[in-house]
Amino acid sequence: MNALFARDMRLATRAGGSALLALAFFAGVATLVPLGVGADLRLLARIAGGVLWVAAVLAALLSLDRLFQADYEDGSLDLVALAPGSLEAAAFAKIAAHWLTTGLPLTLLSPLLGLLFDLPERGYPALAVSLLLGTPAVSAIGAVGAALTLSIRRGGLILPLIVLPLLAPIVIFGAGAVLAALDGSANGALWLVAAFSMVAVLLSPFAAAACVRLHLGS
Amino acid sequence: MFALANPKRFMDATGWMLPWLALATLIYFAAGLLLGFTAPPDYQQGDTVRIMFIHVPAAWVAMMAYGLMALCSAIGLVNRHPLADVAAKTVAPLGALFTALALITGSLWGRPMWGTYWVWDARLTSFLILLLLYLGYIALWNAIEDETRAARVCAVLALVGVVNLPIIEFSVDWWNTLHQGESILRAGGPLIAGVFLWPLLLMAAGYTLLFFTLWIVRIRTEILERRARAILMREGA
Repeated sequence: MNALFARDMRLATRAGGSALLALAFFAGVATLVPLGVGADLRLLARIAGGVLWVAAVLAALLSLDRLFQADYEDGSLDLVALAPGSLEAAAFAKIAAHWLTTGLPLTLLSPLLGLLFDLPERGYPALAVSLLLGTPAVSAIGAVGAALTLSIRRGGLILPLIVLPLLAPIVIFGAGAVLAALDGSANGALWLVAAFSMVAVLLSPFAAAACVRLHLGS
Repeated sequence: MFALANPKRFMDATGWMLPWLALATLIYFAAGLLLGFTAPPDYQQGDTVRIMFIHVPAAWVAMMAYGLMALCSAIGLVNRHPLADVAAKTVAPLGALFTALALITGSLWGRPMWGTYWVWDARLTSFLILLLLYLGYIALWNAIEDETRAARVCAVLALVGVVNLPIIEFSVDWWNTLHQGESILRAGGPLIAGVFLWPLLLMAAGYTLLFFTLWIVRIRTEILERRARAILMREGA
């Protein structure tokens, strides 16, 4: 499992890997929205949390459909399934590697992008913490979606359709946490983000491994 | 109930059951619509309150359908029975239809009541997400060629999505919303007046029977299609 984790990390941070791509996409979307919405800084400050959350989810989705697909295509997924360790642990390793190379960099970049939206100071901690707590869930649920759409032709197109409804609660809570910080109210949204993430990260390796077995078995 | 899992016994049993189900559906619909149109206009909402008799049962059936889909998916995964897979597959389009019906009728009701066709409160949002879950399920099933593998994979998807169902159910309690709070199944008894409650319950029964009638028709069709495909494959070989 450690070897798989290290390998995935290396693959993602390499030049053709997905880590920088996700960051670039994140920055690109965050730049595009003010161009479309207009330069009203008060409006941008209100929508910053939501826009950055949506951009983070979409950026993470970019690399998710290759999570299992690449290994499936060159046969190494079969080897992982046959290996002594459990497939659930392998799935967890892949989710962890994906988060460390996609979700965490996005979280670290987000305060800089918050500047573009003129987010007030009180919004930054909420933005960073909500993304930090919530992006593991995005990686986890996205991994389940990737396992579901494994080996389907154009599976990458169905993946967002399946995963986005499941991610809707965390986007609502994550952006809601930022908005609550802006309004000065405490609505417990960060707790809900943390709870959702915990459940997602704990349960999704089982779902993902079950789906991988289904696809490999036939 | 598991005795019905045998496809031939299922076809025989539902063969004689179906006309009675259809008749019962018609009777409940007729009674519900009659009472619904003869009920007095609401003191606040006027005549538009009658949309409730079409909107609310559709929403109830849409949620029940997802629960049934998750149940059949679980049975299909655990017992590996093809009929459970067929049952789950056939619920999805029906569930999507009832969800869309609930969203559209609710939207039409919202315009005179709230002044807007749509609002992003918790219950409406959860219902839109439910529709997307149904559509994702259908898309995933159609994308996988092997029927058995499609059934298993979509079963996992249905079970993962079933987390959404309690969130819809309790969302009105968790957030302050514009949508009607829980007014029928509550601790102090129903809030709604009897003259509106009866048409609502009759329509709910009618909608439920309609769902089961259509579902059984779809399952029978799917079984016949699979038999036809098996025959064609045997003859081709």
